[in-house]
Amino acid sequence: MSGLFFFVAALGAIAGAIGVVTLRNSFYAVLALVGHLLSLAALFLLLRAQFVAAAQVIVYAGAVMVLYVFVVSYVSEGPFQSTPGAVTGGARVLAYLFAACLAAELMVAMLGNGLEAINSKGAQYDPGFGNPAEIGKLLLTKFLFPFEVASFLLLIAAVGAVVLARRRGGGIDPTDRPVLSVMDMVRDERLGSMAESVHAQPAVGATAPAGLESGERPNEEGGW
Amino acid sequence: MNIGWYLAVSALIFTIGAAGVMTRRNPLVVLLCLELMLNAANLALIAFSRMWGNSDGQIFAIIVMVVAACEVTVGLGVIVAMARRSVPIDVDELRELQG
Repeated sequence: MSGLFFFVAALGAIAGAIGVVTLRNSFYAVLALVGHLLSLAALFLLLRAQFVAAAQVIVYAGAVMVLYVFVVSYVSEGPFQSTPGAVTGGARVLAYLFAACLAAELMVAMLGNGLEAINSKGAQYDPGFGNPAEIGKLLLTKFLFPFEVASFLLLIAAVGAVVLARRRGGGIDPTDRPVLSVMDMVRDERLGSMAESVHAQPAVGATAPAGLESGERPNEEGGW
Repeated sequence: MNIGWYLAVSALIFTIGAAGVMTRRNPLVVLLCLELMLNAANLALIAFSRMWGNSDGQIFAIIVMVVAACEVTVGLGVIVAMARRSVPIDVDELRELQG
């Protein structure tokens, strides 16, 4: 019975991977990757890795893929409607040749290495193997340092993504400024903005630099 | 099923991902193919973890997932910045990093 499950999940994973590579519409490619990740989670369950399978479904197929879908819809709405396809000609032949060589090499390295344990169903394991309790214990005792480094890395990545994807130019056009609360009518429109903090534009209450009309602001590119 | 079958699936997925990275020109799809390669490595790690009956490989797989999430976040941030600045979303057209 586990053999049947294995073949269904493995076929799903490989079909999803092929779909990611071949589908022209990037939105469908993301959906194919979701299917691939779900099949992979089933394979993880067959390997007795319950916690990793659950994290795969929730974090990967849930959160990360939603991020992908948002970015795909954001990018494809822009002025560049034509999404580039695959490379053509000699480069394509060379790429597939290289991929075939890589597949042969990986198969030889993984299956032809003569390790006896590869042809077994795996060693005996504790009853708690792969449980959330076991994983949590390992993460907080034996692997505490990698765990903390990983959390720090996530923080850096979040800050970096905000800095990379923020709106450039700094200036806010006072004419199309949305009024969200009563305070928006009272306070200066640049109060607390990034442009004010780096003095890209005259700060609150300061006089405009010479050569500029009072209502006119330089539309600088590049932010800080 | 024997562990070797899982390793064969992992090798196939890795190869498909590598072929996608080399042939596709849309940076979004290139990122998706990188995810495929990382997931293939995860599958191999978990298969070896099962082979030894030891949970350390699963911790390794979780850390790989964290790194993949970071890579996706920053990569998608770069793509959004490219779309904002009206740079063509095409790997072949991108030749400079100057903001």
